[in-house]
Amino acid sequence: MFDSEFMRLAFAAGAIVGLLAPAVGFFLVQRRLSLIGDGIGHIAFAGVALGYLIGVSPVLTALIASVAGAVLIEVLRARRPEAADQALALVFYTGIAAGVVLVSSAGALDANLFAFLFGSILTVTHGDLALVAVLGAAGLALVAVLYRAFAAVALDEESARVSGVPVGLLNVLLAGLAGVTIAVSMRVVGILLIAALMVLPVTAASRVAWSLRSALLLAMAIGDGSVCLGLTLSYYGDLAPGGAIVLVAAGAFALAAVGSSAFARARTG
Amino acid sequence: MPLVVQLRDVAYAYPGGPPVLRDVDLAVEAGEFVAIAGPNGGGKTTLLRVALGLERPTHGTALLFGEPAQHATRRSRIGYLAQRARLGVEAPVTVRELVSAGLVARRGVLARPTAEDRARVEDAIARVDLTAQASRMVSRLSGGQQQRAFVAKALAARPELLVLDEPTAGVDVDAQESLARLLGELHRDLGVTILLVSHEFGAVEPLVDRLVLVRGSIVFDGSPGALPPTWHDPSHAHV
Repeated sequence: MFDSEFMRLAFAAGAIVGLLAPAVGFFLVQRRLSLIGDGIGHIAFAGVALGYLIGVSPVLTALIASVAGAVLIEVLRARRPEAADQALALVFYTGIAAGVVLVSSAGALDANLFAFLFGSILTVTHGDLALVAVLGAAGLALVAVLYRAFAAVALDEESARVSGVPVGLLNVLLAGLAGVTIAVSMRVVGILLIAALMVLPVTAASRVAWSLRSALLLAMAIGDGSVCLGLTLSYYGDLAPGGAIVLVAAGAFALAAVGSSAFARARTG
Repeated sequence: MPLVVQLRDVAYAYPGGPPVLRDVDLAVEAGEFVAIAGPNGGGKTTLLRVALGLERPTHGTALLFGEPAQHATRRSRIGYLAQRARLGVEAPVTVRELVSAGLVARRGVLARPTAEDRARVEDAIARVDLTAQASRMVSRLSGGQQQRAFVAKALAARPELLVLDEPTAGVDVDAQESLARLLGELHRDLGVTILLVSHEFGAVEPLVDRLVLVRGSIVFDGSPGALPPTWHDPSHAHV
């Protein structure tokens, strides 16, 4: 499998995304914002379409659109927390509508567009890998440096705000990080599935973790394991890589849920 | 004594709604133990949020440690226990991790915990009698133990002002008495200023210096012993 360069590139890019997506998704899930990745993904779709229309790299325009959309969702959510779901819906539908209009204007309803929607990890180039590596490393470094602050906000946002933690700034940073994650992960699992890679490993890890730190590290391990196993299955089974990766992550959740329930039953009796 | 919390002629209405608070004057001195009571919907939590700078009053002035509450710079002196319904105890977090989160404001978001920080965390956990449970997940503790874990989080930074919003809601009588003993010790031994909002006091009532009853405005402010007998249940609708 590793004789082929495209598989080596796919595994390298996938390994980075497999770590980054759950690391960022971890704090979103704790804040009950699991679906925000879907909303940002739809904005990324509009960004890809804009790239085609104006003749600029779709990855670059998707990156800008994702970060802007993520920050917009956070700003709207912060202004009216009780209507956070409406803010997500507003950005979600506006993004998909803008994407459809821009795609039709650019005449870009073709295989390249589908590669962004459903992933095309087997066509990752050295240039793609460099972008994923730089942004992925920066994202992971930011998570490592701000882990305690992100955790404090995720656990008890209002208390953190009262005691002077810069909650607004941290939330905007996390939203921007989510936007970057979506943009760099598009090639791996596709816009329509990237949110799954941010959420499923986290929910699986939360079922079997023994602490917050262990949950984060387990989620990253499950994310990476899902990417590697999913790619392997797709190579030998001739399956769509993005779908295979997410199905493996869903399987990990099922295993963790069954395992933790069985363990709890054994302990109680 | 310096004033920790000061509200001058404060009024508040949520956008598009009727006034929730009006004509509120309140001054809390350092070292006081003040209970804020009143019926549900009477405005006691709103008063607390205005005092902490979480809401901007539509009229009047709110000061925290002598500064405008919304722009107060000495916030790391505050330990805050929000209403239980707002806390994310479903997260896979241990007691020790939760309590450590209470130190982020004081040491800064980029700083790594020091040996002194770790000692503070263990001290706060010991103070709420959860040392044996320090490595356990918060979600696996009883309601009363979870409440104590969050109190320890509020205590970790050794606050000068401890604010508790409905800390006795949904916990059993034993847990309420345990909390009362803890608050009494903090107030007596460490001189912490305590602001407690509740519509039921039970074991805490004998400990407080002042009782403030809120029903749109402050309708009573004095020692609990001076409360008219017909008002003795501060949560009652006739307050």
